[in-house]
Amino acid sequence: MKQPMDHETMAMRAARELQDGNVVNLGIGIPGLASNFIPEGRSVIFHSENGVLGFGPLLDESDGDVDLINAGGQFVSAMPGMSFFSPADAFAMIRSGHIDVTIMGGLQVSERGDLANWMMPNRGIGNVGGSMDLAAGAGKIIVTMEHVTKDGQMKIVRKCSYPVTGLACVSLVITDLAVIEVTPKGLVLREVAPGYTAQDIQAVTEPKLIVAKDLKEVSL
Amino acid sequence: MPINKVLPSFAAAVADIPNGATVMIGGFAGPGGMPSNLILALRNQGARDLTVISNTAGLPGFAAHTGQTIINQSVLFENKQVKKLIATYPVPRSMSQISAFMKAWQAGEVELEVVPQGTYAERLRAGGAGIAAFYTPTAVGTQLAKGKEVRTFDGRDYLLERALKADYALIHAHKADKMGNLVYKGTSRSFNVHMATAAKVTIVEVDEIVETGELDPEHIVTPGIYVNRIVARPKERR
Repeated sequence: MKQPMDHETMAMRAARELQDGNVVNLGIGIPGLASNFIPEGRSVIFHSENGVLGFGPLLDESDGDVDLINAGGQFVSAMPGMSFFSPADAFAMIRSGHIDVTIMGGLQVSERGDLANWMMPNRGIGNVGGSMDLAAGAGKIIVTMEHVTKDGQMKIVRKCSYPVTGLACVSLVITDLAVIEVTPKGLVLREVAPGYTAQDIQAVTEPKLIVAKDLKEVSL
Repeated sequence: MPINKVLPSFAAAVADIPNGATVMIGGFAGPGGMPSNLILALRNQGARDLTVISNTAGLPGFAAHTGQTIINQSVLFENKQVKKLIATYPVPRSMSQISAFMKAWQAGEVELEVVPQGTYAERLRAGGAGIAAFYTPTAVGTQLAKGKEVRTFDGRDYLLERALKADYALIHAHKADKMGNLVYKGTSRSFNVHMATAAKVTIVEVDEIVETGELDPEHIVTPGIYVNRIVARPKERR
């Protein structure tokens, strides 16, 4: 039976990419959930654009402190070793390669790893936030998104039709249906959601996929 | 005479802001670090045709406790005081939420310049540092690069970005001494710390004013020479 991954499962799969000691920036939504699923035995340092490093798990609105938030406006917890600094410093860290991994949402990802995630063309106005700086400077960029739009449009495309956030910047795409790596040779299908075949994924993916020799079902 | 930059009211602190002024508004997006009382005083004062430099245009509910009402930049758009906004995150995340800025923008009443957040931070920093412009790799190849000089260094393309400066900065800090030395609290430092340096007149709303000498010099984040006016929040509105 075909079973697409839910948001928590996607976040869990994304969290597996985080290595011990990584400095990590998480976007809003599914990426933020990844902070709940850091693999046992690994410790990562969370970074946020508003000027904080080393914070802990998300807090409920009722428990939160308005002076301790992440850039997505979520309340986070204090941790030993946490530090505060200015946004210019936070972005200096990003552009200079001090952030090892970022996990972001996506509207479209192209065959060569271009990312579009800051503006829906039909709205005519967009929130760029820190997305373009992360696209330009973060070490490894992982995108979590649904494989197709609500009305079935492909989101993994030959060329982005939406305004781009960064060019040739994405390393890995984790969708509800598959895990796809961006390589110099093209998009490599590494993993599929339970019950899906490579043909199923190709049918909802515009560029030609290279199927990994060891293609497997997503394991967590 | 010992230096004392404390003013008695928010209204007095913003009284001279003229029509057409460029005004930076600090904070990030939520109530933490937002100079809400200064924003309200500027709304009541009524200066028009303002250019506002601010991370957002006011996001309802962002990083607020359930049911908490936040006074933010929205009141300036509702009162039609702004002709141009320079921001990184101008509209609510959800397309179903319509903000005061969004309405004004859709009606063609306000011009918008969207800036990547790291470029925005660095433009503010440069504005307070005597740097006219700088090259950054952010936004190369995107529509936000339109009209900007591209220069290649060591094989990589960079965009030329200009400093941001203002006539006034309205910011929030946790504590000030009477000389204007400031300390912040947690993530509420945010853009306040840059704006303090980048405006001709910096006006600070603080939770508490202490005597000069009470703040540990090792902990002061913004030295008092950047600050012109200080007003304390009433205790019940901290």
